[in-house]
Amino acid sequence: MHWLHRARLWLDITRSQGIARRYFVVNGFDGALTMLGLIMGFAISGASDLSVVLNACLGAAIALGVSGVSSAYVSEAAERRKALAELEAAMGKELGDSAHGHAARWVPLLIALVNGAAPLFISLFILLPLWLARAGVALPWLPLHTALGCAVVAVFLLGVFLGRVSGQHWLRSGLQTLFIALLTMGLVLLLE
Amino acid sequence: MINVKRLVLDVLKPHHPNALEFAHAIAATGPDCRVQVTVLEVDEKTETLRVEVTGSALDFGRVHEAIGQCGGSLHSIDEVEVCSDGGA
Repeated sequence: MHWLHRARLWLDITRSQGIARRYFVVNGFDGALTMLGLIMGFAISGASDLSVVLNACLGAAIALGVSGVSSAYVSEAAERRKALAELEAAMGKELGDSAHGHAARWVPLLIALVNGAAPLFISLFILLPLWLARAGVALPWLPLHTALGCAVVAVFLLGVFLGRVSGQHWLRSGLQTLFIALLTMGLVLLLE
Repeated sequence: MINVKRLVLDVLKPHHPNALEFAHAIAATGPDCRVQVTVLEVDEKTETLRVEVTGSALDFGRVHEAIGQCGGSLHSIDEVEVCSDGGA
């Protein structure tokens, strides 16, 4: 059986698609807003050394990724072990070699990867303009402003994704999350 | 050579995979395997099924393995139909 088909079967029998989707949005949102807050902080401080900004933001992105992987793995593994033990009690037999046993071992890892990858990759997307600027690529706006634009776009797209999941109109949902991003920027501006 | 043509099995399985996915997994064990699943009883975490499998030469070992892979437990073989080569 193809690994993708197996992964889908495991997510299906543990009913974990919704959990993975929720983690993707929740932690992705965390990543985007953290980067937005950090870059706003650097922007209002007048930071001009892109290496310092990049290293600080990368450090936060890596920490968010590691935190996402480890916290989701620990909690999901415990939940899956509990669910498997209850099912084994109901079935009156061990299910270690069945799809349920494989799912109990692999689903926590899959969910943990989603939970960790979402903030990491969204953060890397937001930091892309800073990398490009440091590499000498000419940007239409200042690097920090371009990165802020990427963060706003990422938050809006997460809202659009949420809208598609919930059946809400994509624009309405996107504008809701966009409002949260703008509110965050406003709150950081109060530091000035 | 004796070929197994039909099996009726009493199976206990978790709710997931559902009856359709369960039947698919068993049907995949042979080239002309026909599977009929009847849900007899549904409990909080499990369901009891009557599984009828027909084919020209069923591989009981593979059927049993497919049931186990889906988390199912074979309780009994209730009916069997076999025939030797050249039989009807």
